[in-house]
Amino acid sequence: MNIHEYQAKQIFAKYGVPTPKGIVANTPDQAAKNAAELGGDIWVVKAQIHAGGRGLGGGVKLAKSIDEVRELASQILGMTLVTHQTGPEGKLVQKVYIEEGADIKDELYLGVVLDRAKEMPVIMASTEGGMEIEKVAEETPEKIIKVAVDPAIGFQGFHGRELVFGLGITDPNEQKKFIDFASKLYRVYMENDAELIEINPLIKTGSGDFIALDGKMGFDDSALGRHPEIEDMRDISEEDPDEREASQYGLSYVALDGEIGCMVNGAGLAMGTMDTINYMGGTPANFLDVGGKANAETVAKGFEIILKNPNVKAIFVNIFGGIVRCDRIANGILEATKMVDVHVPVIVRLDGTNALEAAEILKNANIANVIPATDLADGAAKAVAAAKGE
Amino acid sequence: MSILVNKETKVIVQGFTGSEGTFHAEQCIAYGTNIVGGVTPNKGGQEHLGKPVFNTVKEAAEATGATVSMVFVPPAFVADAVMEAADAGIELAVIITEGAPVRDMQAAKAYATKHGMKTIGPNCPGIITAEECKIGIMPGMIFKKGNIGLISKSGTLTYEGANQVVKEGFGISTAVGIGGDPIIGLSYKQLLPMFEADPETEAIVMIGEIGGDLEIQAAAFIKENITKPVVAFIAGQTAPKGKRMGHAGAIVSGSAGTAAEKMAALEAAGVKVVVSPADIGKAIKEVLSK
Repeated sequence: MNIHEYQAKQIFAKYGVPTPKGIVANTPDQAAKNAAELGGDIWVVKAQIHAGGRGLGGGVKLAKSIDEVRELASQILGMTLVTHQTGPEGKLVQKVYIEEGADIKDELYLGVVLDRAKEMPVIMASTEGGMEIEKVAEETPEKIIKVAVDPAIGFQGFHGRELVFGLGITDPNEQKKFIDFASKLYRVYMENDAELIEINPLIKTGSGDFIALDGKMGFDDSALGRHPEIEDMRDISEEDPDEREASQYGLSYVALDGEIGCMVNGAGLAMGTMDTINYMGGTPANFLDVGGKANAETVAKGFEIILKNPNVKAIFVNIFGGIVRCDRIANGILEATKMVDVHVPVIVRLDGTNALEAAEILKNANIANVIPATDLADGAAKAVAAAKGE
Repeated sequence: MSILVNKETKVIVQGFTGSEGTFHAEQCIAYGTNIVGGVTPNKGGQEHLGKPVFNTVKEAAEATGATVSMVFVPPAFVADAVMEAADAGIELAVIITEGAPVRDMQAAKAYATKHGMKTIGPNCPGIITAEECKIGIMPGMIFKKGNIGLISKSGTLTYEGANQVVKEGFGISTAVGIGGDPIIGLSYKQLLPMFEADPETEAIVMIGEIGGDLEIQAAAFIKENITKPVVAFIAGQTAPKGKRMGHAGAIVSGSAGTAAEKMAALEAAGVKVVVSPADIGKAIKEVLSK
C-alpha cells in the first residue's frame, strides 16, 4: 500500500525526521486559508497523487502571495497529472499540500528499501537529489551510496559515517545532523513495516540543516494488520476500482489492452498463460489470479470483472488444481453463466485435483459457448482462434 | 536418491491441528510421507491423525527424532515458529504459510541461517521427492518418479512443468517450490548443486518469474558449475511494467528484473530457454535426446 506525501511527512514528523510545515487542502479556499495559517511570504502548492515526477508534470508550483496559492490550487485540483510513473492515462488530483517555502542550498537523495540479495534493509543516498534516481543509477551508478543495515544490530555509527563520507559532507556539525536524520529514517522504515521510503529531494538549507522536502512511502501489505493507523491512511481513490473490487473477492486482477480474458490460478501460471497467448499470436486482456480458495462466487465475480472490458472477445480459463479443486471451478463456471451474460466463447482447461469430476460437471451442463481444452497449448490455441472469430 | 528429503525423512507439522495443517498433513500421510507428529501449543499429549501432538518443537524433535518441519502456522506467528524450529535443531523448515510480513521473515531467515537450519518458502507449495515424500500442498498424483529435478518460484507452474515432464514419458526426482516472496529460503543457487550431485537427476527444469535477480545469479552459477542440461521458463514476458511508485528495488540489485534480461542471461549460460510454459516437456525431451 502506498500513501501520499503529506501522510509520509506526518509519519516522519512523529519520529523527528525534519520536514517543512504544511497543511493538506481539498479546495482552493482551504489552500489559501492554510497558507495564511502557515505564515511567511512564499509557499509551495503540491499535487497529492501516488506517483513521482509531479514537478515535471506541472503538479508542484511556487506561490508568492495568498491569492496566488488560491489560484494555483484551483489550477492543480481537478487536473489529470501525467508523469513518468502514472502511465499515459495520468491521475486525477483531489488534494493539494500547501507547504512553507524552503531555503535550498543542496539537493540530495535518501531512500530505504530491502536488498533482497543481502536480505537486509539498505539505505541509499546520493548527491544527485532532485533528479530521477532511476537515471542516476543508470548513468552514474557510482553516485549512489548503498549501506546495508543488519536489523539484528540496528543503525550504528559506522553506517552513518559511510553515508556522510560517501556524500562528501565534511562539516562535523552537518555530519551529525545527517547521521541523526538517516538513523531516524531507518527507524521509520523498520517500525512501520515499510517496503520503500524515498526522499527526493532531501535538502540542505543555507544554515546547514537537512529537511525532507519530499516523502514517499510504501508498505508491506502483509504487515498492515499490525498498523491500523497506516491502514487508515489508505486512499481508495488512488486505486483502480476493478482491481479493488477483485481484491475484495480474493482475486488479483490487472487490466491489459488485449482481447483474450484470462482466469488462472496462481500468479506464475497466470503470467505463463499470458505469455503463451502472446506466443500463439493473441493478446491477453487481463491478468487474473483466482488464488487458492476459489469457489463459485469468486469465479462468477471473475467473469463479471473480465466481461466489463468491452475488448474481450474470448475467455481462457486455465486452472491447474492443487489446493483449488477443479470441480469448484466447474461449478463456478455454471454459476457465472446464470449470473452474468457470458456472450463470448469460454475456453476451459481444468487439470489437477478433481479434473475428471470437473469435466463431468461441464459435460452434463452442456453450455453453449464453453469449449473444453486438453492442455495449456491446446487451450491457448483455441482461445486465440476464438478471439479472431475462427 | 533425490535431494533433501526421501521416504526415511521424519517430518513434524507446526500448526498441526489447524484446518490447513490438518487437511494437508492428512494428504501427506496418504502420499506416504513419514509424518511422526506435530506441534500445537496447549495441545501437547493429544493425538491427531493418529500422530502425537507436542507443545513445543523441542519436545517433538526429542521424542520423534524429526529433522524436518512443515510449517502451517498463521502469518502473524510464522516467524516465531520458524525460529523455534531452528532453535530446536530442526535441519529443514518447509514454510507453506502465505502472507508473512517481510520484516518477520528477514529475522527468521537470519536466525535459521545462524543455527544451520535450511528453509524453503514461505508462500510456496513445498518440496516433493516423487513417490516417497511430499512436504507441502502440491497434488501428489502428478509427480511420477523419474530423473528430472524441478525448481520453481511459482506453485501452479511447478505442477504444470511436472505434468508435462511426465506426459513426455519422464518423471521427477525432486521438485522444490521456492516461493516468490522478497525473502525466501533455498533458491536456485543452493538447489542447483544439489541436483548436480544427485546421481538420480539427469536434467533440471528451472521456472522463474519477473522481478528480483535470483535467475540472473542462477545463470552465472550454471555457467560455471552445472554440467547437467537445464531447461528454463521465465513467466511475465507480457506483464506490463509495474505501476509502482519507485524503482529503488531494481536499483539495489542493478537489474531491472525483466523476463527478457533473465532469458538472455540463461541462454548465454547454455540453458535451453522456452518462450511458453507449454513447451517445457518438449524441451526436456529435446535436451535429453542429444
